[in-house]
Amino acid sequence: MSGAEGLGASVARKEDRRFLLGRGRYTDDITLPGQTHAVFVRSPHAHATIRSIDASQALKAPGVLAVLTGADVAADGLGGIPCGWTITNKDGSKMVAPLHPALAQGKARHAGDPVAMVIAETRAQAKDAAQLVEVDYGPQPAVAHLNAAVAAGAPQVWDEAPGNVCFDWHLGDAAATEAEFAKADRVVSLDLTNNRVAPNAIEPRAANGHFDDVDDRYTLYTTSQNPHLIRLLMGAFTLKVPEHKLRIVAPDVGGGFGSKIFHYAEELLVLWASRRVGRPVKWTSDRSEAFLSDAHGRDHVTHAELALTSDGKFRGLRVRTLANMGAYLSTFAPAIPTYLHATLLSGPYVIPAIYAEVKAIFTNTVPLDAVRGAGRPEATYLLERLVDKAARELGIDRVEIRRQNLIQPNQFPYQTPVALQYDIGDYPATLDMALQAIDYGKFGERKAESETRGKLRGFGISTYIEACGIAPSALVGALGAGAGLYEAATVRVHPTGSVSVFTGTHSHGQGHETTFAQLVNERLGIPIENIEVVHGDTDRIPFGMGTYGSRSAAVGGSAIYKAIDKIVEKSKKIAAHLLEASVADIEFEDGKFRVAGTDREKTFGEVAFTAYVPHNYPIETTEPGLEDSAFYDPKNFTFPGGCHLVEVEVDPETGVVEVVDVAIADDVGVIINPMIVDGQAHGGLAHGIGQALLEECVYDDDGQLLSGSFMSYCMPRAADLPSFKVGNHVTPCTHNPTGIKGVGEVGAIGVPPAVINAVIDALAPLGVTDISMPATPEKVWRAIQAAQGGAA
Amino acid sequence: MATITLQVNGKSHVADVEPRTLLVDLLREHLRLTGTHVGCDTSQCGACTVWVDGKSVKSCAMLAVEADGAAVTTIEGLAKDGKLHPMQEAFHTCHGLQCGFCTPGMVMRSVELIQRNPNPTEDEVRHGLEGNFCRCTGYHNIVKAVLTAAETVRGGAQ
Repeated sequence: MSGAEGLGASVARKEDRRFLLGRGRYTDDITLPGQTHAVFVRSPHAHATIRSIDASQALKAPGVLAVLTGADVAADGLGGIPCGWTITNKDGSKMVAPLHPALAQGKARHAGDPVAMVIAETRAQAKDAAQLVEVDYGPQPAVAHLNAAVAAGAPQVWDEAPGNVCFDWHLGDAAATEAEFAKADRVVSLDLTNNRVAPNAIEPRAANGHFDDVDDRYTLYTTSQNPHLIRLLMGAFTLKVPEHKLRIVAPDVGGGFGSKIFHYAEELLVLWASRRVGRPVKWTSDRSEAFLSDAHGRDHVTHAELALTSDGKFRGLRVRTLANMGAYLSTFAPAIPTYLHATLLSGPYVIPAIYAEVKAIFTNTVPLDAVRGAGRPEATYLLERLVDKAARELGIDRVEIRRQNLIQPNQFPYQTPVALQYDIGDYPATLDMALQAIDYGKFGERKAESETRGKLRGFGISTYIEACGIAPSALVGALGAGAGLYEAATVRVHPTGSVSVFTGTHSHGQGHETTFAQLVNERLGIPIENIEVVHGDTDRIPFGMGTYGSRSAAVGGSAIYKAIDKIVEKSKKIAAHLLEASVADIEFEDGKFRVAGTDREKTFGEVAFTAYVPHNYPIETTEPGLEDSAFYDPKNFTFPGGCHLVEVEVDPETGVVEVVDVAIADDVGVIINPMIVDGQAHGGLAHGIGQALLEECVYDDDGQLLSGSFMSYCMPRAADLPSFKVGNHVTPCTHNPTGIKGVGEVGAIGVPPAVINAVIDALAPLGVTDISMPATPEKVWRAIQAAQGGAA
Repeated sequence: MATITLQVNGKSHVADVEPRTLLVDLLREHLRLTGTHVGCDTSQCGACTVWVDGKSVKSCAMLAVEADGAAVTTIEGLAKDGKLHPMQEAFHTCHGLQCGFCTPGMVMRSVELIQRNPNPTEDEVRHGLEGNFCRCTGYHNIVKAVLTAAETVRGGAQ
């Protein structure tokens, strides 16, 4: 129907008002009767034995109710924090998955590892008392960086993981790839690092746990992207309580970017501690604590080689990656460098043979897991850097080398050599669209103009693909996932025709309260003001797997469509009865049920009312009421893709890089709300430009995080970024009912290599051939000096 | 403990606070005005921005006792009689917010920005917002909203 509020309408968001009025309800805003507060004592050492913990002084401090340690966790039988994905090694054995106790037991394995928990009447009292907990540490040698961790004689994070190897995995056909390299005209190789980043949602994580001893029931308010997943993990593995006694509420959540997917120790501990102290227990992370406890992202060291013909046709790709896991395995950590990384190595290109080896390595650092993009930025970065390098070495234009290797629209469905089958796309179209948006033909003029101001201008390109719509359950199960990755929805039509939609996805900025209402409007013709979208509460929503991997609209939206199909089917039976016609003759259009070829009709509202007041009703064949649920399990991943273009100006005197223009053309499938889709792209671009130029978690060799606050970790600010030119070219996803592919991560995936390729392009005349992320002024300045033979 | 008196959103409050209590904690914990958020511990992110005597202040960087006798305005005090301020309206129409967590601070800072500079350039807006982090929007639509609101307010003043 695509009316004023349906598909394609840039409707202003329904959820905005409460946020604009300061009436959002985030986890830390919730204070329960009898509220107490928890603060964690965290290891200052990256690796240390814990000889003893003396809480006697802390227990005497004002307001203190309890000090709990790993011994209490063990005594109460809490399970270790589980990893939800098991990787099978090259040799058929399983990865090493060490026990991750909620509070350290005997050993701390990264700076920030929680060692004790102090509960007091106020947060300030808990903080004061935490200072009084005396922990006798025996510092051990630590290792933080990948190359150091795999070196002979490196400190061992886990006894059961010799050489610090968590798993040693591969994908693709080694022999076929070897054969392509043997006959290749040219081989281009590159060593690169994908810098470690912190997720930094502006809302720090928080959790408020309440055990009700009358109902014998637990309620947890937590900053989660997937409350049902947390309930599943807590119920089955950590708290070990049946689901019906466990309610998880993820209220308004201030951004996630992956970091709020995972089951964290703190949310388990507040709920457990609430039972111990008999009152609700709240914990809210400080930002500096977040740097030491939120899962970080990326941190790959990669050697990659591309085999080409002399005229620039890609023939083979070989990739060897070390991926940092940190000290413990976070919920989805093993899946990131494997099934969300190596499977994407074909990019949007025809590459006949690919072979990838990934070794996951333990270090004495904060665990790593998904951060916006999750594996796909790493794949895109290495491929797009390598393609640019190949173009330079072969003397082929960087746009043309991409164009001649792109999968063509008539080649879909396209089976890659790394397991995925892309259903649809039009990569030449997005390439051309982006080039036009940035006015590529006049780049030379702009470069000359920049030179008159003493600036070096560079043009950078990235053509990319990603896999979203996570994921077909049977497939991910075969690959090691511990959960199904379908999505669920319930659509409840109320007697007077308004609608409540209960979705298992979670909105923490994505705007589902608006876009999902638009999906209902599209199908049922009901104004969106009469549609509420409910999410984030396991007591209200039947089930769901949550929001990550740009899955909510593609998978959650498809579940809503399926539930609506059932509603429409039942409504037709009711309408047929009311209209005294056969069901087969009933058409549903524009919110009305009509007898085909006549003007006899009933509105959706009339049918809904009849369903609940069934006086004149086909009661023999049809139940009263109008509500239905659906679980939608995707048939395949979805494959958004496109082209990201960046122009930078570099000041050769200072090394400062300014991003002066960004033009992107994406294909994210069918678009519900263009304004929201553009907004998702903008945010992803800022995230990606941040990684390329500003952001890095820097550890010293002893495992101390040197960039552990906003003083030292450089977040992108408004003045670091330009306005963005965002375009879309739609090819609808072929295998889900919505045609949606997903947009949440495109910017973070596509743009980092475009930025770095632009910086290298700007510096190429000076002889610079490589620069690593983040391309800070110091790094750029040193690269210039080194290339020119100066003292760097 | 110290006893302080201050106006918050036009209402007078007397509060007993520890000398170390931050203004933001007074607002959030004592007065339950939870629209003002805390996003960091080093006064970088600006989520806690409020007005103290008409000037935007990071309320995590000010002690409650320093606000004794002051008039404080928080995000809850910006809309009048349920009608959004033009800046709030512009954030809504321009999609200048996603998760909403930085929004209260961002809006409070932005209103002050256009009060000081009623006709800012895009560059001036971007530099003017350097003390406020947003992780969701890439700032694109926030900048658009501030420029839009500035235009609305200028139009209304004519």
